[in-house]
This record gives sequence, C-alpha cells and structure tokens, in this order.
Amino acid sequence: MNILVRIKRYDPERDAKPYWDEFRVDVEPIDRLLDTLNTIKWTMDGTLTYRRSCAHGVCGSDAMRINGRNRLACKVLMRDVGKKVTIEPMLGYSVIKDLVIDMDRFFDKYRSIKPYLITHDNEPGTERLQSPEQRAIYDEGTKCILCGACTGSCPSIWGNPDWVGPASIVNAHRFIFDSRDQGGAERLNLLSNKDGVWRCRTIFNCADACPRNIPVTDLIEQVKRAIVYGGPEEA
Amino acid sequence: MYQKFDVVIVGSGGAGLMAAMQLPNASVAVLTKVYPTRSHTGAAQGGVAAALGNQEEDHWKWHMYDTVKGGDYLVDQPAAEILTREAIDAVYELEHRGLPFNRTEDGRIDQRRFGGHTRNYGEGPVRRSCYAADRTGHMILQTMYQNAIKNEVRFFNEFLVLDLLVNDGQACGVVALEIRTGEIHTFHAKAILFATGGYGRAWRVTSNAFACMGDGMSIAYRRGVPLQDMEMYQFHPTGIYKVGVLLSEAARGEGGKLLNGKGEYFMERYMPTLKDLAPRDIVSRCIVQEIKDGNGVDGKDYVYLDVRHLGAEKIAEKLPDITDFARNYLGVEPITEPVPIQPTAHYAMGGIPTDTDARVVIDSQWTPMPGFYAAGEVACVSVHGANRLGTNSLVDLIVFGRRAGKHMAQFIQENDFAPLPEHPEDASREYIDHLYSSTGGESAARIRSELQNEMIDNVFVERTDKGLRHALDEIAGLQEAYQNVQLQDKGKTFNTELVEAVELRFLLDCSEATIHGALARTESRGAHFRLDYEKRDDVNWLKHTLAYRGTQAHDVRLDYKDVILIEDPIFKPKERKY
Ligand SMILES: Cc1cc2nc3c(=O)[nH]c(=O)nc-3n(C[C@H](O)[C@H](O)[C@H](O)COP(=O)(O)OP(=O)(O)OC[C@H]3O[C@@H](n4cnc5c(N)ncnc54)[C@H](O)[C@@H]3O)c2cc1C
Ligand code: SF4
Ligand code: FES
Repeated sequence: MNILVRIKRYDPERDAKPYWDEFRVDVEPIDRLLDTLNTIKWTMDGTLTYRRSCAHGVCGSDAMRINGRNRLACKVLMRDVGKKVTIEPMLGYSVIKDLVIDMDRFFDKYRSIKPYLITHDNEPGTERLQSPEQRAIYDEGTKCILCGACTGSCPSIWGNPDWVGPASIVNAHRFIFDSRDQGGAERLNLLSNKDGVWRCRTIFNCADACPRNIPVTDLIEQVKRAIVYGGPEEA
Repeated sequence: MYQKFDVVIVGSGGAGLMAAMQLPNASVAVLTKVYPTRSHTGAAQGGVAAALGNQEEDHWKWHMYDTVKGGDYLVDQPAAEILTREAIDAVYELEHRGLPFNRTEDGRIDQRRFGGHTRNYGEGPVRRSCYAADRTGHMILQTMYQNAIKNEVRFFNEFLVLDLLVNDGQACGVVALEIRTGEIHTFHAKAILFATGGYGRAWRVTSNAFACMGDGMSIAYRRGVPLQDMEMYQFHPTGIYKVGVLLSEAARGEGGKLLNGKGEYFMERYMPTLKDLAPRDIVSRCIVQEIKDGNGVDGKDYVYLDVRHLGAEKIAEKLPDITDFARNYLGVEPITEPVPIQPTAHYAMGGIPTDTDARVVIDSQWTPMPGFYAAGEVACVSVHGANRLGTNSLVDLIVFGRRAGKHMAQFIQENDFAPLPEHPEDASREYIDHLYSSTGGESAARIRSELQNEMIDNVFVERTDKGLRHALDEIAGLQEAYQNVQLQDKGKTFNTELVEAVELRFLLDCSEATIHGALARTESRGAHFRLDYEKRDDVNWLKHTLAYRGTQAHDVRLDYKDVILIEDPIFKPKERKY
C-alpha cells in the first residue's frame, strides 16, 4: 500500500525553524513504522535523522510523536496508522535534529532519584532472599526502558520543565518498593519537594504512552501514598 | 579535542559496565555510540547460567562439561573452567547489586532449563538458567547502568569510536567521533577495553540490533590484530519468520516444542534425549533439513514454535515479552496458534582473541598487546568454541568483564601512559573527510543490503566451497564499491548517514574474515557446517583460526592456534550426541 508520510524536519545547520516534509512510500501492512523511516532514509533522503537500535521495542531509542501520540516507531505497524501518518519529535524535549531529541536532561532527572539499590548491611555469601510476592510488588517498574515517552506526553512537564517527571518516579518506585532496598526514605524525601510527585495531576497521558504497558499513573499514586503515610509498608 | 584517562572502555553493554565497576579508584571513561541503556545486552531474554543448584543438584563441572561439549570441543578448557566456576559468584554479585531475579518459593534465585545444559554429564536437562522473566539482559543492563550512576562513572554517550591508537606495539588510546557535533576526539589512556558486541547485522535475517556492526573487531583487525574463529557464527533456531526478532529459547526451556508442516514434533526424531533443548547449531540444522525434506509449513521455508500446551497463565507469567513480539510482529496469538519461525543470525563465537584476563593476544604464541583488552561478544577467549550454549553469553560478559576490569586496575598501577603516536587523528580525519567529499554516487544502503543477502545465501547454516567462494568475490566487489560511497547529508550535527557508512566498513571487514575462516575449514564443527565436508575432523581441525587482514578481500592471511585441553578424561573430545 502507498502511504503519505509527513515528518517534521529541522536541521540546525540549515533551517531557521522546523518545517513539514512529505514522502510517498510503498509499504507492507506488517512493516514497522521504523522500516518505513529506513526506506525513506536509504532510498529517498539520506539526511532524515532519527535514533534506533534494537528494532523490536526493548531499547527505548525511537520514541517519537506518531499521529499525535508518543510511540516507539519499531512497535507501530503500518496497517495501524492509516493512509497518512504524521511524525514529529516528542514534545517537552529540545530538538537536536529532525526526530532526534536531547535526552540529557531526562537522564539527569533519572539520576536524581538515586536509581540504584541502597543497602547498609553486609552482603550475604549467597543471594539475599526475597519472596515471589515481595518481588511482584515492584515488577512493573523493572520493565521501564527509559524511552521518555511518558515524560514527553505529560502536560505538567510541558508547563514545568524542572519537574522530575513520570519516568523518574516509576524508577524510584522500583526501588522504594523493593524489600531489599534501604534508601526508600531518602527517595521519598526527594520526591516530596516542589518538583516531586505533587506536580502530577493524574492526567493518565503517561500510562497511555508507555510502550511497556507500565501503569505509570498508578505507580505515581502509590509513591504519593507512601509519602503521605511515611513509607511503602504503611501505604 | 584531547582527553586523558587511566582507562577507556568502549561499549556500555554488560561486559563494558561490569568492567567499569571494578575500577573505583581509577579515572575511567566509558564511550558508547548509543545511550548506555540502548546497548544490545538489553535485548537478551532467557537468562544467565550458573550452577547455583537452587532447585536441583548442580555443579560447575557439569556446566563446564556442557559448555565444552556444546562448543563441539573447540573450547579452551581452562577458560571454560573459569567461566563456570566464577559464574556462581558473579550471579550473586548481580543480585547484590540489585538485579530483580525471579524467585523460588523459599526466596532464592529461580532457575529454569535451557538448551544443552544438563545434569551429570548429559543425563538430562537441568535447571541452571537464572532469569528475570524474559528480560534478563534488560535487567542486567539496567542494574549495571544504575551501579555505574552510583559509582559516578563518566560516560561519553553517542561517541562513535573510529580507531585504536597503537604506539610501538602498545595500545595507548582511541579516536572517536562525537555524533552530536561531528567533532573528532582523541582519548589517551593506559588501558583500553573493547566491549563493543557482535556483528549480527551482516545477515538479512537477524536477531541483532542495528548497532551490532562489528565495530571493535574491525578496528582491531585494521590495527594488525587477528580475528579468531570468525567462521563460528551462531544461527538461533527461533527467529520470527522474515523479521528475525528472537523468540528466546526460554520458550522451549519452559516446554515449548518445534512443529513441522505435517503437524509433527520433529526434534524427538533427531535428538531423542534432549529433543527441543538440543544445542542451537543442531536444532537450526534440523529445521533446515525439515524444510529441505518438504516439511516446512505449506512447503515454505519456515516451521512453527508451539507453546499452546503451556496454557495462558504460564505463558503470561514466564514469557510475556515473547508473546508480545509474536502478537505485534506477526499478528499471531501464541496461546491459541503456533508461531512461524526460522533460523536467525544471532551470535559471534569468534572475535578478538584474548587470554583469560581479557588481554588481547595477537598471534598463535599468545603474545599480548600491552594495554589492550577485549571482553563480551567482541572477544574470543574461547569459552564458546564452535557453538555457544544459551545463557552462556551473559555469564561470559559478567565473568570476563569483571576479570578485564580487575586486570586493568592492576595494569594501570604498574604502568605509565605510553606516548601517543604522532598525528593520532590523521587517519580518522582523512577517512571521514573522504566520506564527506566523495562524489562516487554509490549508496551505503545498497552495499549493505547486498552484503546481507549474500551472507544469507552463502554463509548461513549450511556452507559449501562454491558458495563461500561466491561470497568472497561478492565481498571484494562490495569493498571496491565502498570506495565510492557518497553521502547526501554533509552536515556535522548528528549525521547518522555518516555513522551508517562508517559502520558498513566494519561489517564488510567482519564478513571477509568469516568467509576466509569458513572456506579454509574443511570439516563440520558446531555452527560451521560444510555440506562438502560433513564430518568433524579432530586430526586436522582441532585448532583455532586466526585471520589477519591483507590489502584486499582475497589476501587475508590465516594462521592457527592450538585448542587448550586439560588432562581430565571427561573432557576428551568425543562425538556429540544428545
Ligand atoms: C535477542 C537476543 C537475545 C539474547 N538472549 C540471551 C540470553 O538469554 N542469554 C545469554 O546469555 N545471551 C543472550 N544473547 C546474547 C547476548 O545478549 C549478547 O551476546 C551480549 O549482550 C553482548 O554484550 P556485550 O556487552 O558484549 O555488547 P553489547 O551489549 O552489544 O554492547 C555493545 C556496546 O558497544 C558500544 N559500541 C559498539 N561499537 C562502538 C563504537 N564504534 N564506538 C562506541 N561504542 C560502540 C555500543 O554502544 C554498546 O554500548 C541474546 C542476544 C540477542 C540478540
Ligand atoms: S515508564 Fe514507560 S514510557 Fe516511561 S520511560 Fe519507562 S518505558 Fe518509557
Ligand atoms: S529501536 Fe529499540 S525500542 Fe525501537
């Protein structure tokens, strides 16, 4: 089938401001949108610029705004986009070139919530014990591939770029609710400040955007409760 | 720009990050062409092998036996001993660093079956693979990256390394392109580790990420380092039909089976003991055989992976990602339908030769190149021999990544910076300038796609002298065409067209070495199967190939290195049956 692909382009070396570019491409219904971008880059316009690596939705490289929603280009099939597809860089990030956004700030925020196991005890000779039930409590957050789709879909971020954002809270949740971790209080403290969880207005855009089907908003709510009740056990 | 670090690590997958963890008191730079969490390690699904014995009796020596036999005896046995012994402690280290393994009822790390892993020297399958659902690699990568943040490791993200700097036989730095700005940088270091992963993109049907272009292998090869056992390339039996995306062996570890077009579970016929859990080289060949015998589905070139009998609940709990891939890319519902699969390019057993401290060795006499290290898929220690067992790569990353880090920590204590060669950046600048200014009109995408087709046609599961010669001629032609590659994008900012062109040269180099090794090796062993020499030949071929680059594709020089065996009779080469 033949599809019209509209792409928002911007090359800082050539363009004063972004503009819309159009391509007509022959595609198979089960082609990924990423395949279509590759077809354009490899046979029509070598200057088209985007990130990609794994090509099957596990590395988080190619989150972009597709027909108005943040999606991974490698997880969207052409049969699902209609006769015309519109592709833009995600909102809430500065654009480096075409669909490539600057993710440094996103990763800085991720770092700020101490996304690593904090323990004060000595390590045992073998593994630490954790029951399957304890393991299940924080399972959802471990799926995160740091693609930034949730954060880039959040009106609170668009309005306030300093906000820590949903992805960071998901990853804080992953540790706060891990029975082996002893840094919960530190993180809850960080997240209770003015750019912490309270800027979340429960709009649910993030959960809709997440390509890993993480219930992002629910996890944020759980963190809010943990702050109110003084810890994950009480929440 | 010029910068100086004690250690430069190229690659932020499992191997690179594990090494970085061992260097708390050194100045370390990690260079990576993608953001660290985008590294290919994140795609690994099934698990990491270690004889913890959490569910049933297991011993590292059984694991070692399986590794040696699985590798069709091309394994250096002392290295396999280190791998399997240290695996246990390395997995505990991962747990201590936060990795969320699945758990048993009593709270220990859960383990499951995987191809080629057996109890008591081949008696039957054993639960040895430690896992986190079907995203074990993702969890390793995340956990290691998180620990790197904790240890304040310095990252240079989206830096493409172009060259290794060698002065008077000693490695002393790298040259890299900063993708975002187009700037060239020199990194001066006492020790350099390549942890750049594999080159699965040389084949059209592949499980590998776009980034798996053989960068480290090619860069070393161009600096006179040989590439070892490149003909030993693994084709995984269960790639999604046409797309190549992997359906992990975990599916068969949990009880999934292969089904042919006649509705027959055919692996029982070939391998009565391990059946669908026989090693990958064997299973891939059985699939190809079934297809040749007209037992493909509707006479086509694929068969099915069937997990229906596992039930919806187990599939959802143990194989969520895999299920998702089948639904997403094929529109197939694994709970009720079998999934079309075919063998897919997957893993390089060969690579840059190293000793068990991950030091790069440059000849058959094990002469090290001081300051240069390699670990992970890019390296060949050689623990996988002619065929890697599932879950043994992730162990390789953590065990030898760790050893590399520890050895470098010692090396930088004992050694000073070697001076850089004169004009260290010249070769890289000249090359990049050539790509920018070329008006030859050739397209890198065309060359790449021809290469990938040729490799599938003639350097795949089954090989022949004629096919390999054809492939070699073809590569020679493509290398010539490469001189005329012309870019449309002349910009400096984030020029991915330039990056892809550079990567294509890496891929051509790796393919060239692969074909030479395969052509010379007139026997069948592990993943290397010659239709014209169907038997393994230990008298002539129980040895490693070393391929040295020449001036063009046809004049690669081959040398050989003995396989290291140990005295124990249990590891003596014998016929491989499962
Ligand atoms: C789909 C899939 C599933 C798998 N499942 C399993 C499994 O269950 N168990 C198992 O044991 N193994 C599995 N494997 C194999 C295993 O995942 C890989 O072999 C392993 O992850 C490789 O890790 P690495 O650290 O060597 O390199 P990678 O993770 O590939 O990382 C390479 C790094 O090098 C960097 N790099 C490369 N070139 C350059 C350059 N020129 N300049 C700068 N940086 C560069 C990249 O940016 C990246 O950070 C699987 C593989 C695939 C494809
Ligand atoms: S929570 Fe989901 S959308 Fe957000 S960064 Fe993680 S994977 Fe992406
Ligand atoms: S390319 Fe990896 S998530 Fe799309």
